[in-house]
Amino acid sequence: MGDYRHRLMDYVREEIMPHRFCVGCGCGTVLNAFVNAVEELGLDTKKMVCVSGIGCSSWIPSPYFKSDTLHTTHGRPIAFATGVKIMRPDLTVVVIAGDGDAAGIGGNHLIHAARRNIDLSVFMVNNMIYGMTGGQVAPTTPRGVKTSTTPYKNIEPPFDVADLVASAGASYVARWTTYHVFPLMESMQNAIRRKGFGFIEIVSQCPESYGRRIGLRTATDFLTQFRDVSIRVEKTKDMSEDELKDRIVIGKLRDRERPEFVGELHSLKNEQVEALKQESVA
Amino acid sequence: MALNADKQRYLSRLAGKTFFILGDEACAYGALFAGCDFFAGYPITPASEIAELIANDLPKAGGIYVQMEDELASIAAVIGASWTGSRAMTATSGPGFSLMQENLGYAIMTETPCVLVNVQRSGPSTGQATKPAQGDVMQARWGTHGDHNIIALAPKSAQECLDLMLECFDLADTYRTPVLLLMDGEIGHIRESVTMPSMPAIDHATRKKADAGDEPFGGDDLVPGIVHYGEGRNVHVTGSTHLANGMRDVATPKVHDVLIRRIYRKIEENRDTIVRTESDISPDGRAKIGVIAYGAAARPAYGAVLECREQGQAVDFLRLITIWPFARKQVTEFAKNLDVILVPEMNLGQLSREIERFVDCPVVPVSKIGGIPHTVDEITSAIMEAV
Repeated sequence: MGDYRHRLMDYVREEIMPHRFCVGCGCGTVLNAFVNAVEELGLDTKKMVCVSGIGCSSWIPSPYFKSDTLHTTHGRPIAFATGVKIMRPDLTVVVIAGDGDAAGIGGNHLIHAARRNIDLSVFMVNNMIYGMTGGQVAPTTPRGVKTSTTPYKNIEPPFDVADLVASAGASYVARWTTYHVFPLMESMQNAIRRKGFGFIEIVSQCPESYGRRIGLRTATDFLTQFRDVSIRVEKTKDMSEDELKDRIVIGKLRDRERPEFVGELHSLKNEQVEALKQESVA
Repeated sequence: MALNADKQRYLSRLAGKTFFILGDEACAYGALFAGCDFFAGYPITPASEIAELIANDLPKAGGIYVQMEDELASIAAVIGASWTGSRAMTATSGPGFSLMQENLGYAIMTETPCVLVNVQRSGPSTGQATKPAQGDVMQARWGTHGDHNIIALAPKSAQECLDLMLECFDLADTYRTPVLLLMDGEIGHIRESVTMPSMPAIDHATRKKADAGDEPFGGDDLVPGIVHYGEGRNVHVTGSTHLANGMRDVATPKVHDVLIRRIYRKIEENRDTIVRTESDISPDGRAKIGVIAYGAAARPAYGAVLECREQGQAVDFLRLITIWPFARKQVTEFAKNLDVILVPEMNLGQLSREIERFVDCPVVPVSKIGGIPHTVDEITSAIMEAV
């Protein structure tokens, strides 16, 4: 046992392990799925930049995933990643952010990146709460839930973030939960491979700051619920909005070819450079 | 640093020529001559002309212009681009500059070279959107939270918008820090003759790279060498308090102390190298009155100094080209034999307070707000009243 070293240890910053996620947190599962996806894709991590913001899930790449890392201000990772990807289109740029980061404070960057269809992969870990700050209501918190800042109940409807991103123009959109690890791994590969904006909403558990407020005390409680309420998108075609209430629609929600922003940007630039070259020769 | 072939091809068509252009346009040409690779921005009066010229010309030079969804995203993209080794910048005005403050602090904390242009307009809030002001001088110094230092330059002419842009990029790369060009609406929209640099004169500072084994966020030097993305060194960039290797350590007091003091000192201890001023001491050397000004206000201020001399009143003049770090030594030296110093500013007295801290004589702000610059007569009268 002493010599045993996990085959995926090369993908994490081993020197700072063990990680600091709470017991039962879904972030470990997402890190696991991500590392497996990267390995299966055969990606060279020296040609990757992982970008995150502020929140528990931002710790998945910063500091745990071993690649170039950009740990940014709250809500802005997609905007930072845009600058990286534009100037180094050859690098694989992945954003891992929470629901507060991506859909709350950073919602504007999310929809505009999707509209541009920029070749980024954004994995949004949706634990339906502001967990790091102790359990305040998020734009993804279900209606009726009591949180530390909705002590009587949450009266706001939650965002359907995957639907929002699909409507905004992303090439690839999917939703999975931390119960669906293997489809999630495959979906991450598809999102990275797909030229354009690849977005996965990963519904995840936070037993510590959320679960204890809603009676789901352990990861098992959450995962069991995710299993029971999830429904494949293919099965929802003839279902009414009422029937889908409280269900988590999982699967590939959008997968389409659309012009990709960085490629177009560089083509436009190359045309201008070429035109000046011709002019200079003439 | 030599510019690549695409940039040289573009710039060779401009080199040495003189154009009658806006200060904003001169600023944009300055960026192009500085070898700017990436510009991210958001439209705002009176800075939009910078983005417009860059959007048109930067692609010809092989660079990328992108219009972002807001100013927060603009500076974020600039910082991201800088970590790929690009010379990156944005340009904005007061409201946008306010939005950029958090990420400006991020650039300071992560020691990211980049350039921010603020074409100051009358505030607070939307204020007089199309009118010039110098109201962001203290915001430039202290706008982002936490202890920090900053470099800011203030041009007084369209020509200087170009010249100082070259300097801004060099300072940013030399000290691994964001650098501000504090223009104002008056200088941004003034139309003057501007001569482009001649090509052989272009000699840019280069970012120091971290050798193998060097830590990208610490070490013996005040300015650590940088590691860019894609070099295979797993560089970890974070706005949290970090160790020399970039890894977060927010719990150890000493780690924060060492990091923040070093980032502060790298500008503090190079104050004499960074600071630039320009003075005109009255010929007889016996003036008891001095005028200190910067940016647009320096123009009528200097006009008034000359006018007073014409009328037989000796007046000394000092212009601050570098606003931050503050020209302590030069201001103290300037004030040595003076009885009073007048400071014309297009605000209610911002830099005049800083001047007060470093001189023994009274400092009189000559404030003007409302969107119209001082006239020579106004400042002349103020000087004569002070006699």
